[in-house]
Amino acid sequence: MTSLVIAEHDNKVLKDATAKTVAAATQLGAPVHVLVAGENTGAVAEAASKLAGVEKVLLADDPIYARMVAEPMEALILGLAANYDAILAPATTNGKNYMPRVAAKLDVPQISEILAVESPDTFRRPIYAGNAIQTVQAPAGKKIITVRTTGFKAAEGTGSASVEKIASAGDTGISKFVAEELSKSGRPELTSAKIIISGGRGMQSGDNFHLLDKIADKLHAAVGASRAAVDAGFVPNDYQVGQTGKVVAPELYIAVGISGAIQHLAGMKDSKVIAAINKDEEAPIFQVADFGLVADLFKAIPEFEAELTRLGY
Amino acid sequence: MKVLVPVKRVIDYNVKVRVKADQSGVDLANVKMSLNPFDEIGVEEAVRLKEKGKASEVVVVSIGPQQAQEQIRTALAMGADRGILVKAEGEVEPLAVAKILKAICEAEQPGLVILGKQAIDDDSNQTGQMLAALLGWPQATFAHTLELGDGTAKVEREIDGGLQTVEIKLPAIVTTDLRLNEPRYASLPNIMKAKKKPIDEKTAADYSVDVTPRLKVLKVAEPPKRQAGIKVKTAAELADKLKEVGAI
Repeated sequence: MTSLVIAEHDNKVLKDATAKTVAAATQLGAPVHVLVAGENTGAVAEAASKLAGVEKVLLADDPIYARMVAEPMEALILGLAANYDAILAPATTNGKNYMPRVAAKLDVPQISEILAVESPDTFRRPIYAGNAIQTVQAPAGKKIITVRTTGFKAAEGTGSASVEKIASAGDTGISKFVAEELSKSGRPELTSAKIIISGGRGMQSGDNFHLLDKIADKLHAAVGASRAAVDAGFVPNDYQVGQTGKVVAPELYIAVGISGAIQHLAGMKDSKVIAAINKDEEAPIFQVADFGLVADLFKAIPEFEAELTRLGY
Repeated sequence: MKVLVPVKRVIDYNVKVRVKADQSGVDLANVKMSLNPFDEIGVEEAVRLKEKGKASEVVVVSIGPQQAQEQIRTALAMGADRGILVKAEGEVEPLAVAKILKAICEAEQPGLVILGKQAIDDDSNQTGQMLAALLGWPQATFAHTLELGDGTAKVEREIDGGLQTVEIKLPAIVTTDLRLNEPRYASLPNIMKAKKKPIDEKTAADYSVDVTPRLKVLKVAEPPKRQAGIKVKTAAELADKLKEVGAI
C-alpha cells in the first residue's frame, strides 16, 4: 500500500523537515503521498509535489489547520488513515502534538523519533536522552511514526507529483488557537542551519548574546542556547538545543560557555564538526569537541570575530 | 475540581545510563530511581492550583512496579492528597498507560489531567496526547504557563518557533514543559505527613487493560562514540582550523 507524510510548514514555506521525513518514508519501500494541511497553502503543496519520491500531494485548505492545532489535525488524518499502511510526521512540536492522538485512535503504538529505517517494520530510535539506541520492530498493522529529521538526508526537489484537493474534516469545537509569539531573527532556523553558535550559562546575561549574534551574522549561522541559558532567562525557549529542546546536526556547531550536560550533548553530538570555547578545561563538552579552546569567552569571542574578519568573512 | 497527575518512576536524570553487555536493555540494577522530572513539574502545578483554591483535590497515579509507591509518596509529600498505584511489571507502553488512565479518569472524573510531556527513559512523548484522544478531550502539550478560566484553560505552549497560546475546554489534558514552574522540595513535616496519606493499590487487570508490549525491542546499543579532538591555543587558531577543515 502507501505511506502518508504529514507536511511541516508555516502556510507559506514548506519546511526542510518535510523533505527529510519524505526521505524516511521512501525507505519503507511503498509509494509516498504528502498531506499539506493549512490555510492558503497552495505554494506549500506545490513545493511538496516537487520532492523526489512523492507520488501525490493531498491539500486540505482550511483556516482551522493554519496552526496545526492537534484536535482538528487528528480528525483530518484519521479520515485518511484507511488508505495508508504507514503515516509519518517529522518530530517537530507539531508532529509530536497530533501524531500520538492518531495512533491512540487507531489502537496502534507510535514509534517516536526514528533515526534510521532498518527494514519496513524495524527502526532505530534514541532512548535515555540519546545515551542508548533502541532497535524496535513494529507489529503488523498500521505504523505511526515520528521522524527525527537529523537522521535523514532531505529528499531532493526533482519530483513532479500531482496535487489533489481534499475536504476539510472541520472543527472539533473543543480547542482553539489564540495567539502566537514567534521569535524573529532573520537568521536561519536552528533545525536547518548549516552553522550554529550556541551560548550557555557562561554567557552571564542575555545582552552578552550579542557577541554571538555578530559571529552568527558573519557566518550566516543560527544562534542556539543550552537549557541553563534559557532557564536563566538570557534567551527565549525556542533557542534551546538538547534532548527536550531542538535536536540539531549542522555542519559546524560552536558551543560557547556551555559545559556539556548529557541532555545538551544529546541535542548536538551528531553535528559534523564541533568547536567549544570554555574556561573550564574539565568541561564535558571538550570530550565531544573536534576543536577545543580553553579560554575566557569574553576575550576569545572578540578575537575569534577579528580573525573571521581577517579571513574575509 | 479534581486534578489527576500521572507520574512515572524512572532512572534519576543524573545517573549515567549503561547499556547491558547483551544489548537486551539498560542496566537498572542498583541505580537511583526518581520521579520523572516533567511529572514532578506536573505535581507542582497541580498543588499550586489547589493552593490557589482552583483545585479541590490532587490525585497522583503511577503505573509500574511496587516500588513506584516511593514516587507516589514523593508527590504526596509535595502536597498531593492521595495516590493510586497500578501495579505492572516490566515495560508498559504509552498506549497501555493511556488506556489505564482513561479508565481511572472515567472513575475519578477529574476536570484536568496534568502529565509530564515525556518520560526521560523511553523519551516517547505520547501518553498525554493518547489519553486525550481516547477520552475525546482537548490537549495542550508542552505547557509554559497555565491559566484556568470558567470551564476553560488558557495554555501558553513551547513550540519550535516560540510560544503559542491555545484555549481548551475542560475537562482537558495538559502536558508540562520545563519552564512551567520550579518544583518545591518537600519539607520534613510534609514527608512525615505523606506517610499517612492513602495509596490505593490496583493492577492493570482491574481495568481490563492488556499491558503486553506491542513493539518488539530487538536490541539496545550504545550510540556511536565521538572522539575528542584537539585543543587549540587561541581564538585565531580556532578560526584558522575551522577554515582549514572547511567548516566555515
